[in-house]
Amino acid sequence: MTARQPLEAIVAKRTQESPTIFTLQLRLRDAAAQAAYRFASGQFNMLYLPGVGEVPISIMSDPQERDGIGHTIRALGRVTRGLAALRPGDSLGLRGPYGRGWPLQEMEGRDVVLVTGGLGCAPVVSVIHYLLRRRERYGKLVVIQGVKHAEDLIWREQYDRWATLPDTQVLLAASQGGALWPWHVGRVTDLLEQARFDPGRAAAMMCGPEGMMRTAAEKLLARGLPESRLHLSMERNMQCAVGRCGHCQFGGAFVCRDGPVFDWGQVKSLLEHRGF
Amino acid sequence: MPAPPEDAGFLPLAQLSMLVARLMEQDYRCLGPAVENGAIVMRELAAPDALPRGLQAGQAPGRYRLQQDPQQRYFAWANGPQAIKPHLFAPRESLWRAQRDEQGRLHFMAVAPPAPMLALIGVRACDLAALALQDAHFLQGDQPDTHYAQRREQLFLVAVQCAEPASTCFCASTGDGPTPAAGYDIALAELTDGFVATAGSRKGAALLNTLNLPPASPRQIAAARQQGQAAAASQTRSLPGRTLRDVLMSRLEHPQWDEVATRCLACGNCTAVCPTCFCHAEMDEPALNGQASEHVRIWDSCFGESHGHLHGFNVRPDIRSRYRQWLIHKLATWHDQYGRSGCVGCGRCIAWCPAEIDLTAEAAVLAGDRERP
Repeated sequence: MTARQPLEAIVAKRTQESPTIFTLQLRLRDAAAQAAYRFASGQFNMLYLPGVGEVPISIMSDPQERDGIGHTIRALGRVTRGLAALRPGDSLGLRGPYGRGWPLQEMEGRDVVLVTGGLGCAPVVSVIHYLLRRRERYGKLVVIQGVKHAEDLIWREQYDRWATLPDTQVLLAASQGGALWPWHVGRVTDLLEQARFDPGRAAAMMCGPEGMMRTAAEKLLARGLPESRLHLSMERNMQCAVGRCGHCQFGGAFVCRDGPVFDWGQVKSLLEHRGF
Repeated sequence: MPAPPEDAGFLPLAQLSMLVARLMEQDYRCLGPAVENGAIVMRELAAPDALPRGLQAGQAPGRYRLQQDPQQRYFAWANGPQAIKPHLFAPRESLWRAQRDEQGRLHFMAVAPPAPMLALIGVRACDLAALALQDAHFLQGDQPDTHYAQRREQLFLVAVQCAEPASTCFCASTGDGPTPAAGYDIALAELTDGFVATAGSRKGAALLNTLNLPPASPRQIAAARQQGQAAAASQTRSLPGRTLRDVLMSRLEHPQWDEVATRCLACGNCTAVCPTCFCHAEMDEPALNGQASEHVRIWDSCFGESHGHLHGFNVRPDIRSRYRQWLIHKLATWHDQYGRSGCVGCGRCIAWCPAEIDLTAEAAVLAGDRERP
């Protein structure tokens, strides 16, 4: 897509995941554009609500699914609350995909560790779907997910199902548990000790609050994971999505264009400082 | 130090209007210095002979005052608050429009920007250096910014050598001035009886050709060169003449950031007058009937509350982190992005800072070249 303006997209399906989280399956109105649309897990789209504005939303569906483009969104601000009101058949704008996705091909043959916190799970759920469809190409799979409140966990049945798969470990944590929370109560990073993987042949992907990712990185590196195989997805204010508006700068990087997925080594020194 | 080449022409004072007339004949809208709200700004010239004489502005930290040049020269003023930037990177413009039809379908249309043929007369070496940085930001990559690109193609630049830098100027130390070295169509060096004129592009050479100028004499060329050297030597401020990237990146928790935050008002004046700052907000302006909306971009500042906004929190909630973002980007991470510092030594951020914060002084303290005051 070379033009800056969005294309018209239609809500094909809407799923309420939790009281504030919902998933929109979108299709581009133009059939040729929909057929030509390609993305990599970890990339994002700019979704546009007419007259209100745009928001960057990661794509959570599988890159080889041709039916629709999935976005899981928390209704938090002006635009996302408006997006929450859309129903199947409604129109909105979509431009993308933007940014650099996860280096999934480089990870073939490796154990894969996923560490996510909060709604950080959306870009990583796309990865889980991707890995499960190509399960034979990867080694052990460890899914570590943390949420603040037990009721924030969405896709609970999926986690239950994944946990039953061979060579797949699912570790969940909630800072505040509840009566029906059978998993760990505490920090998600407490779970890293339980993760079963071979650091010599593993790769890890992280997504979520930066403090959580720093602690997780420390623990993963301490277990012997090489820095070059640790990746993370960064979040910053994004308005243009093409590296021009300047809001998403993280040091010299434009997160929208040079990220949102980075190698740990690219960002670790600046992550130690608040305010970038 | 760049200097007029041996084949420069000489444009007598009386013929300056001829140069402007030729540009107007070629359908250029010609902008030159004018006074507005107590500052020198670039405005459209009503006639070829409308360039004002004797304008000057005294500049110091937090201070900009018009004054009169006793020699009545055309270009004896140092830069005003803006020069080239707003004419290419518009302070506000519409990028695209969304329209809903009767069936409820959405249509998106690119907005074609107005791109008049524009000639700017009197731009400085610092502004040409800043223009090269704006070009790098808006034009590089596989998707150049179409709005910027269309205006850029239509631009004609008549640069002048700065003979009288302001006290806030430090372009000699950044290597960007005071004599224009590249990036102009025509460069002028003003002497008492006329200008040493140099072409810097094919269209500049073609235009000078139509004026049938006599060659500048070796004495005139030497005078222009000497004037540039004297202007450089007269500058009292400077940035350290080395790359500050690594030293500044090692001072991200320096106590000076807290100190400057007690003085900085986070007003954003520095970013508004900076000729290289490129941040802009994108937002939507719905029509009253609710059926259409314009997606516009407006200059933004990293000193503003909303710049670091992220759902539910602010990446840069305090002035310390905002000032640091600005200075670190300008003097350090710009190197990573565009291969050089983002500062061209124009000194505008010093003159237009209501709190009299001096970038060169802050950088010197942070880099360890000067004791904290």
